[in-house]
Amino acid sequence: MAFVDSLGSALERAPGGGIVLTSIDALMDWSRGHSLWAMPMGTACCAMELIAASFSKFDFDRLGTFPRPDPRHVDVMVVAGTVTTKMAPAVKRLWEQMPDPKWCIAMGNCAVSGGIFYYDSYSVVRGVDEFLPVDVYICGCPPRPESLMDAVIQLRARIATESIGSTTEHRAKYILPFDADPSQGGGGE
Amino acid sequence: MTLTVESRQRVTDARGSAIDELVVNVGPSHPSTHGVCRVIAHLEGEIVTKADPVIGYLHRGIEKMAENRTYLQVVPLTDRLDYVGSMYANWAYCRSVERLAGITVPERAEYLRVITCELQRIASHMMAIGSSAADTGASTMFLYAFEVRERIIEMFEELCGSRLTYNYVRPGGVSFDLPEGWVDLCRTFCEGLTDKLAEMDRLFFGNVITRGRMKGVGVLSAEDAVGWGASGPVARGSGVDWDLRKDDAYSVYPRFDFEVPLGDAGDCYDRARVRLFESYESGTIVMQALEQMEPGPVNAPVSRLIAPRAGEAYDHIESARGSLGVYLVSDGSPRPYRMKVRSPAFCNLALLKVLAPGHTLSDLVVILGSLDPVFGEVDR
Repeated sequence: MAFVDSLGSALERAPGGGIVLTSIDALMDWSRGHSLWAMPMGTACCAMELIAASFSKFDFDRLGTFPRPDPRHVDVMVVAGTVTTKMAPAVKRLWEQMPDPKWCIAMGNCAVSGGIFYYDSYSVVRGVDEFLPVDVYICGCPPRPESLMDAVIQLRARIATESIGSTTEHRAKYILPFDADPSQGGGGE
Repeated sequence: MTLTVESRQRVTDARGSAIDELVVNVGPSHPSTHGVCRVIAHLEGEIVTKADPVIGYLHRGIEKMAENRTYLQVVPLTDRLDYVGSMYANWAYCRSVERLAGITVPERAEYLRVITCELQRIASHMMAIGSSAADTGASTMFLYAFEVRERIIEMFEELCGSRLTYNYVRPGGVSFDLPEGWVDLCRTFCEGLTDKLAEMDRLFFGNVITRGRMKGVGVLSAEDAVGWGASGPVARGSGVDWDLRKDDAYSVYPRFDFEVPLGDAGDCYDRARVRLFESYESGTIVMQALEQMEPGPVNAPVSRLIAPRAGEAYDHIESARGSLGVYLVSDGSPRPYRMKVRSPAFCNLALLKVLAPGHTLSDLVVILGSLDPVFGEVDR
């Protein structure tokens, strides 16, 4: 997205560029907001509701949201479930593999704050916002599929306010403080 | 991270000829691992020579957390163990507490437990069959299976207000009696279940692609099943006639007339099909329970602060994945001194090491799916 980023800031500086920028923004936001492909980062119980949301009764597809378990193809990461200290480096690495622009939905109490495991679990990360820039939080243990759909609609409203001119600064606040080494915590052999 | 080549090294086989060994990492985030399992697969060409499941990506310390809570407060934690079938862990834990504290459960509560757990078994098996189907590329079957599952979850929601984490079975009984109209709803569901399952049987198990993908893949012998501590549909798919509902006839199960379906080949196909037949049997048990159930209290008068005598208790039930047991040690205080969960999914997952070698990498995910692991329960 380097081209779009530089285009945005160039337009902002150019005389009369603001009008062009606004028109481009409207098109970009519309196209981004209406086909949010989701990375189903389902780790625990909430993953069941994430699956339920994409099937017959709730049919996520009509919002343009389609689960696609490949970080290179998606726009939004839905962290559904408990993230443990062993899992966190993998989640972070998958987030880093996603192309810009990207958004994150923290689904369920565990992803929001650690939930039921907040007080006395020794292995649970207290909310994914410790290492991911979360855009929408959904509470519930687990949240209903309708809540997840509401989160997508809220995220769409948020995307509608974004401008390609401000993309760079917008992303600059996304500092990842969780300094975990992905090679650690792998376990195995 | 979905599929990365970790290393490539030249090794020689027994005859001294060089072969390329690939070490491929599958997971921990992979759509076919049913959660957060990581498998380190050693390949020769496309054939798996060694497959190591790496677990612990969902280790939340539930057993340790139970030591800080009162006996009643542990019940919501057990919901999060096996999140595809929460009722089972509730029940196994409550049976253990009841044994430890000497609580007698009213008969109606036992019937309600049987009804909810058998419905939960259907819901859980639908998830297992559906995801097995998705592993072989048949996503239509997943939609059919989820239609049944969704109706059960709606019934549970009406019963206890939650779609997944029910907290329904409590020490001494269950939390609520049935709401009005629930029995009719349940009866209608069970009457329509046979047709739906028969449709699924034709659609999926009669399909030539399914047979090609699943027959003869991951054959588990009865000796291995017993030797590795497998239970549930994984053991029964290999013909091991071991079902705690019959063999340790707990609760009111002796009063019902039902069969224990057994497979003979012990392959992925048999394991999945046993689940389908079990769902049918569960439907008949629910129908019988609805007939036999009498009005009465649903909860024994139990103190909110249960403080059992010092000692230990173990009790188990037949969950959708196999023999699920909870071992509790009490030191006389209102909190458990130690809780240990004997998880069937953990024991079944260990079989991946035995089953996967000799098959292709694409069969590895089918084998993993047929073992039906739930990682909340594997890692705890």
